[in-house]
Amino acid sequence: MKQRDPDLLLFHAPLLRQGMTTPKAMRDVLLALAPATLASMWFFGLSAVLILASCIGGAVAAEWLFADRQARGESLRDASCVLTGLLLGLTLPPGLPLWMAFLGGFIGIALGKVIWGGLGQNLFNPALLGRAFLLATFPIAMTTWVPAVTDGGFLQVYPGNLALPFMQVQIDAMSSATPLGLMKFEQEVTPLTNLMFGKTTGSLGETSGLLLLLGGVFLWLRRDLDWRIPVSILVTVVVFSAILGLFDADRFPSPLFSVFSGGLLLGAIYMATDPVTSPVTPKGAWIFGIGTGVLVMLIRVFGGLPEGVMYAILLMNAATPLIDRYTQPRVFGRGGDSQ
Amino acid sequence: MKNNQSYEEFIKGVWRDNPVFAQVLGMCPMLAVTNSAVNAVAMGMATFFVLVGSSFLVSSFRNWIPKQVRISCFIIIIATFVTIADYTLLALVPKVHKELGAFIPLIVANCLILGRQEAFASRYPTRLAVMDAVGMATGFLLALFSLGAVREILGDGALFGVKLFGANFEPWVIMILPPGGFLTLGVILLFFNWFKFKKDEFLEDVAEAERSGH
Repeated sequence: MKQRDPDLLLFHAPLLRQGMTTPKAMRDVLLALAPATLASMWFFGLSAVLILASCIGGAVAAEWLFADRQARGESLRDASCVLTGLLLGLTLPPGLPLWMAFLGGFIGIALGKVIWGGLGQNLFNPALLGRAFLLATFPIAMTTWVPAVTDGGFLQVYPGNLALPFMQVQIDAMSSATPLGLMKFEQEVTPLTNLMFGKTTGSLGETSGLLLLLGGVFLWLRRDLDWRIPVSILVTVVVFSAILGLFDADRFPSPLFSVFSGGLLLGAIYMATDPVTSPVTPKGAWIFGIGTGVLVMLIRVFGGLPEGVMYAILLMNAATPLIDRYTQPRVFGRGGDSQ
Repeated sequence: MKNNQSYEEFIKGVWRDNPVFAQVLGMCPMLAVTNSAVNAVAMGMATFFVLVGSSFLVSSFRNWIPKQVRISCFIIIIATFVTIADYTLLALVPKVHKELGAFIPLIVANCLILGRQEAFASRYPTRLAVMDAVGMATGFLLALFSLGAVREILGDGALFGVKLFGANFEPWVIMILPPGGFLTLGVILLFFNWFKFKKDEFLEDVAEAERSGH
């Protein structure tokens, strides 16, 4: 502790401070996402920059608009709405109209966070709520995937991005399927190296598995996330698809394909670990992770959609208060029942 | 004096005690049939007819209806008017009737209507009972219309079937689907309560200023 003040310092407990505050944790997550964000700009060019900026703009606008006038600076300064916008943007297809991205960010903060009472009160992950709203509202635009920029360089913008507010996307012939879509509907497997380094079709942030893992390791070293959640999700997915592989190796995806395809890494590392919407107890974290992993595989393999990470996490978010309630540790010195 | 009281009963239902926005009654038709403005208005008119008619009859017969069996008597009267409304809609606008489907017979179970008979029409003179019913039904109609209009404009780019934004409009599919009803109703309730809160705050400020002035 600093001893510069010559006067007697009077403190109430706690006297030891951890140094970790909400703005700091948020900034760490933003930093951990930086490589994947830069990669998305590398793959999708100016379109990625514009979409991410629109999402963040929408999120910040909602936070500013609905915040109490006196608390406005405070609620914007912790950067949590910027993080929500960035995470939402990373889950969106690169050819999405910018006005939809803005709307998603706005709805995510307004209906996903502010309406529950602000940071720390929400039941569902705001970024995923914004995405669920967009997917239910604009199903065609949200499932039109364009391949990464091959020629035309950084300054090329997908024509879909520039649709006027409330107007339709002009569907271009360039659209193609994601690795999960190819797997599900055409039984075509994308090579693993492509999945790891980002040479695939998909949303902005899900194309490069390695960079997402890198950010995850950084967050784990900084103690910003509960490692149990991503580990249990990934292990569950691996075990689940290995078991499926025993039955029919050709029909079901291989374990590594399951882990590196789609938004699983993005969801498992950055969204399921949201401290607000995941259980606080260690036992609860395991239950939460296993539940998410099972739901992801169930939706992907047996459901009608190619990707299920978003709904899996949202469903487990809804179960979080219940999990927390039943995994309370025994109070020291009391009997078996802590209640 | 008497006219003032009728007016009071009328305006209470339209705004201050609005059946949907203040009392949160009649949610079933509110959420189910407001996916377009036409459906919403048709449902509102049918409910209007049933509520005003049954309030008139219940209030006229209030001294003859035995207390012990009053609910069944109310239901019989309401069901009569619902049947009339059902066949009238079928004869006049068969397309709308088909879209509203089971929700027209279900008007009989609308808690707003039974609630008004029990709480008002069976206790007050006919003139006041009718004014109360007209007010409540107008409030319900306005609420249905505002929800239906928002959902049709966003979900279809149209109002009463007239396209507003041209052919390139991107429909908000969710607004036509059931979740859109919950979302829109929630947002409208939010604004209604916010407005009320602001008004109360303002009135308190005025009262405070008056007290300190004296």
